[in-house]
Amino acid sequence: MHEKTLTQLAAALKSGEFSSRELTAHYLQRIDKADGKLNSFISVTAEQALKQAEVADNARAAGKAGPLAGIPLALKDIFCTQGVKTSCGSKMLDNFIAPYNATVVEKLNAAGTISLGKTNMDEFAMGSSNESSYYGPVKNPWDLTAVPGGSSGGSAAAVAAGLVPAAMGTDTGGSIRQPAAFCGITGLKPTYGRVSRFGIIAYASSLDQAGPLARSAEDCAHLLGVIAGHDGRDSTSVARGVPDYVESLNAPLSGLKIGLPKEYFGDGLDPEVENAVREAVKVYESLGATVREVSLPHTHYAIPAYYVIAPAEASSNLSRYDGVRFGHRCDNPSDLIDLYKRSREEGFGEEVKRRILIGTHTLSEGFFDAYYTKAQQVRRLIRQDFLDAFEDVDVLMGPASPTPAFDLGAKKDPVSMYLQDIYTIAVNLAGIPGISVPAGFVGGRPVGLQILGTHFAEAQLLNVAHQFQQATDWHLQRPAFAEEYA
Amino acid sequence: MALEESHVRRAAHLARLAVSDDQASGFVDDLSRILDMVDQLQSLDTEGVMPLAHPLDATQRLRADEVTETNQRETFQRCAPAVENGLYLVPRVVE
Amino acid sequence: MQWETVIGLEVHVQLATRSKIFSGASTAFGAEPNTQACAVDLGLPGVLPVLNEQAVAMAVQFGLAVHADIAEVSVFDRKNYFYPDLPKGYQTSQMYHPIVGPGDVEITLEDGSSKRIRIHHAHLEEDAGKSLHEDFHGMTGIDLNRAGTPLLEIVSEPDMRNAKEAAAYLKAIHSIVTYLGISDGNMAEGSMRCDVNVSVRPKGQEAFGTRAEIKNVNSFRFVERAIAFEVERQIELIEDGGSVVQETRLFDPDRDETRSMRTKEEANDYRYFPCPDLLPVVLDQAYLDHLRGQLPELPADKRERFQNELGLSAYDANVISASRDMAEFFEAVHSECGDAKQAANWVQGELSGALNRESLSIANSPISARQLGELISRVLDNTINGKAAKEVFQALWNGQGESADEVIEAKGLKQVTDTGAIEAMINQVIADSPAQVAQYRDSEPEKRGKMIGYFVGQVMKASRGTANPQQVNGLLKEKLDALL
Repeated sequence: MHEKTLTQLAAALKSGEFSSRELTAHYLQRIDKADGKLNSFISVTAEQALKQAEVADNARAAGKAGPLAGIPLALKDIFCTQGVKTSCGSKMLDNFIAPYNATVVEKLNAAGTISLGKTNMDEFAMGSSNESSYYGPVKNPWDLTAVPGGSSGGSAAAVAAGLVPAAMGTDTGGSIRQPAAFCGITGLKPTYGRVSRFGIIAYASSLDQAGPLARSAEDCAHLLGVIAGHDGRDSTSVARGVPDYVESLNAPLSGLKIGLPKEYFGDGLDPEVENAVREAVKVYESLGATVREVSLPHTHYAIPAYYVIAPAEASSNLSRYDGVRFGHRCDNPSDLIDLYKRSREEGFGEEVKRRILIGTHTLSEGFFDAYYTKAQQVRRLIRQDFLDAFEDVDVLMGPASPTPAFDLGAKKDPVSMYLQDIYTIAVNLAGIPGISVPAGFVGGRPVGLQILGTHFAEAQLLNVAHQFQQATDWHLQRPAFAEEYA
Repeated sequence: MALEESHVRRAAHLARLAVSDDQASGFVDDLSRILDMVDQLQSLDTEGVMPLAHPLDATQRLRADEVTETNQRETFQRCAPAVENGLYLVPRVVE
Repeated sequence: MQWETVIGLEVHVQLATRSKIFSGASTAFGAEPNTQACAVDLGLPGVLPVLNEQAVAMAVQFGLAVHADIAEVSVFDRKNYFYPDLPKGYQTSQMYHPIVGPGDVEITLEDGSSKRIRIHHAHLEEDAGKSLHEDFHGMTGIDLNRAGTPLLEIVSEPDMRNAKEAAAYLKAIHSIVTYLGISDGNMAEGSMRCDVNVSVRPKGQEAFGTRAEIKNVNSFRFVERAIAFEVERQIELIEDGGSVVQETRLFDPDRDETRSMRTKEEANDYRYFPCPDLLPVVLDQAYLDHLRGQLPELPADKRERFQNELGLSAYDANVISASRDMAEFFEAVHSECGDAKQAANWVQGELSGALNRESLSIANSPISARQLGELISRVLDNTINGKAAKEVFQALWNGQGESADEVIEAKGLKQVTDTGAIEAMINQVIADSPAQVAQYRDSEPEKRGKMIGYFVGQVMKASRGTANPQQVNGLLKEKLDALL
């Protein structure tokens, strides 16, 4: 069963090849066997999953099942799930049982999908390797000595290992696309505002966006159709119709204009990764697309701008973790200040503290204009780069990451870790959608091709990605781990 | 803009993070390197560029003034570390 | 040295919306702790704010009422600081682009003169919760019901020069917000709260002195008392060779003094930045025009109309227009009886006195405006005299009768104006009082005027108060003088 894509599983459930209960039990068994090695889940909700599966099977028997009813999924542990621990990868929330569901979770429940559990992640989504989790690092199923990427590393690893057909993640600076690339799966970050942020624990509110990680673009299209749409509970969610993302998957690509940003093929890019990406672009040419070089002149300022804006928002968003209403509280506080300072010192990990401190410092008196205002100005220039490029081309293509997955523990210095996100981060600053699709291997580790479109161009991105996957089989490759251990 | 330990201590206090002396010097190193990287921004001329706070040029939608929430105190306080008589407890606050 | 006081006020007005500014929880006052604090108000992980349209409309109405510029684009910012009554660790407020820009308010002083006080701006923000310091094993209890209640913070220019002006300004703001119906203005329940900025400078000096901000000044009376104390403190300090420190001070109404709030935090640095969870609020002209069309007649306009068209004194016009309820009650009484001065006298006199005695607001008056107007009509058309009118008032107040006419009828208070009947009573009184008549006759003519009071009293008594006093007076004088 686990060899099938989500789209194939939906068809099998519909035809009665197996029941959702059987399917769910199968994946739960795989998690049980293999996840000790991967550490991709923080919580597995087996009992609840089997109950949900039964409900889905009954709905199907009654002829009331939607297209995705009975499909098992996993949720990054950043999505609030009513009655289930929602830790955000942090000791701070190790005891937090969410009293409500995120809108994404509500929508998935309404579609009849099954949640197998909550996946591991970098603490508060701050990281690019999944090593900052309170629950320990996640391993890459292609190579257990490599990181799976982050911050949605648990979701990516679980899908790649066949422990779940697809999973939900969030992407603030590349946290869906980069782990998808490192794990050889397909990951979509939608346009900012396309998917409701309600109930998703905030990292950087003007950058965060949820999206699917799955085996194929087609799978992502199915899932995006479920989770996208306006939500009255999120002021930044966009009131705009949701197109049928599946319907447009097969549009031909002849005449498609592809831009290759020259800044995405410069210093620091692994030549073999570059090679894989250029080969992928050739496939598009063979499908009738035209290719030209474009420029995104402010690319180099994206990481600096991001590391002002995201920590600034985070420093404020994370102030609510004060040991008063929920979350970790230190023992025997001597006074109020002690309660705050020790609860937060004990509850947060190193990387989270670094970002809180950076954000607090750059927002403080005497530094605000030089850092925050400046970064916001640069943000406008970066967005304009993309808008200008999309005047000339339909989509942009490049690597999702400058290298394949690196070794666990390889990036000790925070700045060298941050530089990993050079190709993904500007996309969040601009709010545009992006997708990473498998495009080969370097040293046995997957390479991701990133495709970017203008605001609300998800249908086009999925179409472009799907056509590539019709012409190639990179996305069908599975790590040996998927059979050896599970 | 060089970062000094006093900056880190001040930020830690504003952010209510206990930081030991050992940790402080580590943070000074890390944060200095991060800010050195961030300082690349200063080389860019942004004169006259409007700051951008949101990636989309959208405006705030307004909610009808209706009471939609019911009392869920018991549920919400189940995850609270210290409550009594429906109140959240903190060490005594001196005005 | 001659000193001049400079005062500016920051008034926080709780807006009378049904739900909170960013959530659907109720804003009702007095609920059990934390029963009206929803996930958004508690700042639970993952929740998001959505702006209440009524809070925006109310802020705009206020702005229009004080002739202010309404911002086409206003922005919410986060004010970051830790405090247990502030669940998110930041207050959502408007620092850089407030919804209401510069405006002004006219205040009326006790001597009837008026002055224009400029408003710097007014912005929307969320209220905090409350800390309860009763002893929970040495702990403080936090109630977040109030967290997220919409506040309009109205910031004046430092245009006031004494405590009376400050109190008059606060009253003017109170009038405006209650007229607009955007707040109940209840200072005792904290619906309206006031911080006062006070400084002194030598008379004639242009530069401002260093100011102190006094918190917790939550009644009209306290404003005057707090300023009086603080001005004296500052002057004494400077005259003794010291200098005023810029600081926050707390007014203690029990000891009638202000004292330094031992700085909760060394130096505050609120790190304001635009709230990424909320988008810019954009208001168009059509929306503003729509709200402008719905504005009620405001206190200043009413005051002017009462003075110029109805002929009320400046004092009466000011007092009656200060509260919309009183002004509307007065207008209803006036339209019933047709006499503005009488209506004003009764509303301010008998009615206000009775309401005060029983601590009732005019909205809960046991006597309706129609009843009072009708009662005044009966005085004006001589159906009853003034003494009977008070009796009728009391009866209506006590619910003994539906209308003035009914009470007059039931109690037989109709004024006797029949000359024959009055003459008969006078004749009887004269016959029964030979000693007083003799005394009257023997008095100097100028003293007789006083002595006639005795006879009037006797006649009125005989008529059980229903005789027309003017008539009695005239006829008595005639009769007695005829005896000379």
